[in-house]
Amino acid sequence: MTREPLRARLLPPLLVFALVVLLWQLLCTAFALPVYLVPSPARVAAAAFANAGNLATATALTATAAVLGLLVSLTLGTAIAVLFSQSRLLARSLYPYAIFLQTVPIVAIAPLIVIWFGTGLTSVVLVAVMISLFPVITNGTTGLTRVDPQYLELFAMRDASRRQVLLKLRLPGAVPYIVTGAKVSSGLAVIGAIVGEFFAGYGSAGYGLGFLILQTSGQLRTADLFAAILACTLLGLLMFSAVSLLGDLILRRWRGRELEA
Amino acid sequence: MPVPSTDLSPGPAPLVLARGLSLRFPGGLLALDGIDLELRRGELLAIVGPSGCGKSTLLRAVAGLLPTTGGTLTVAGLTPELARRQWGRQAFVFQDPTLLPWRSVHDNVRLPLELGRYLKTDPKNDLKNDPQPDPEAAVARVLALVGLQEFAGAHPAELSGGMRMRASLARALVTRPELLLLDEPFGALDELTRERLDQELLGLWQRDGFAALAVTHSLAEAVLLADRVLVMRPRPGRITHTLTIDLPRPRPPEIQTTPAFTALLADLRARIQEST
Repeated sequence: MTREPLRARLLPPLLVFALVVLLWQLLCTAFALPVYLVPSPARVAAAAFANAGNLATATALTATAAVLGLLVSLTLGTAIAVLFSQSRLLARSLYPYAIFLQTVPIVAIAPLIVIWFGTGLTSVVLVAVMISLFPVITNGTTGLTRVDPQYLELFAMRDASRRQVLLKLRLPGAVPYIVTGAKVSSGLAVIGAIVGEFFAGYGSAGYGLGFLILQTSGQLRTADLFAAILACTLLGLLMFSAVSLLGDLILRRWRGRELEA
Repeated sequence: MPVPSTDLSPGPAPLVLARGLSLRFPGGLLALDGIDLELRRGELLAIVGPSGCGKSTLLRAVAGLLPTTGGTLTVAGLTPELARRQWGRQAFVFQDPTLLPWRSVHDNVRLPLELGRYLKTDPKNDLKNDPQPDPEAAVARVLALVGLQEFAGAHPAELSGGMRMRASLARALVTRPELLLLDEPFGALDELTRERLDQELLGLWQRDGFAALAVTHSLAEAVLLADRVLVMRPRPGRITHTLTIDLPRPRPPEIQTTPAFTALLADLRARIQEST
């Protein structure tokens, strides 16, 4: 990890952001674009402020679903990876169905989930899990099975049991891989939660960003739509940063103080 | 009345005994052929030979990690695999330090005591005469032996290559093995560190009294360490010569400049060239 000061790392992307917003504002003003087509940044900001309360509750609800989805994916994905690492036959038999998670169009499956589980948080989390599970499984399986043969011999010399090899060698060895999987999955969980909300919003219990996007686009409230999209992006960024930070902390403890990546 | 010995291996018999040993890999490659080998208690044997001659394979066969396919091989009177599973008095030092990066030096050294039989209290186990050392005392003893007591809490990433190898050595010795198998353990270290570790290994060997089988690609190291040096030749792996090293012990680094040492080294080099 680079130990650059935070300011030096944040400055360039923020500068790009400012430039793009400026250009966007100039183009909107210069060509007098209608607000329902492309709202200017000023309009988006105004819409976001006017609707801040709703936007915040929606973001919080989506965040809850995404975090729950990620947690389920991590637990379930690691468990499946352990299963795969313990039996080649099991891995060979079930791996194609794990790939199914990656290839199935979630948009096609989501209505089915609504039919089975109804609308609400459960279904939204389920969609988030379906999208974010695969990276944890693949990374976890790789980490659990890619062990230097000398380490296996070291354990064999002490006649270690299968369980000891799993708990004292394979699982701790897979931690960096699982952290990588969690980073990829964190963004996917947010996407999954939003897609889930498209189909299986929470009804009277409130609404998330997915529903907000659906509603504002239907009503051509484009400035509000932009504000919602912005909230989605920020949420994804926040999730990824939080998981990355947590992952780095875990890895630093895992490897000792001198961490080089 | 004589007390019946609970020792598994009868005293005078060699600790490791191979007669006409061969090992063919499942792929069909004959890795070892007609190996005769005798290692007595407390003896230090070195194996040299070009890469691919089966040195490491022979070591793994003795360790009970690779099944042999012909001839006989016994370790402490048992088949190597049984010896590995039940006798458990051998330890392997790998080419790489193979420390677990998430464990401190102390916890890495402690690992063998957490595995297998040592912390198991199996009433059916008929090897109760095994020393069941207090794990903490055992770890402290070997860490002091290799001079790493100050670094017990450090992680492997914080250690130099030589220190990592020392930790690896300490881990091998923590169970007080009677047979130490070393697979080119200092091969990746710089010359000075290697020389220092050779001396430390000799000191440990003299102190703990284990028998050792050391694979090395350094002829000087072989002459410095061993009572006898076995020369191997590849395709198929065979022992072509056995050279007895009758240099006095202890053998400090300076011994390498004595005429007796250089003569033995030249002799060994000549035999290797003759066999390849």
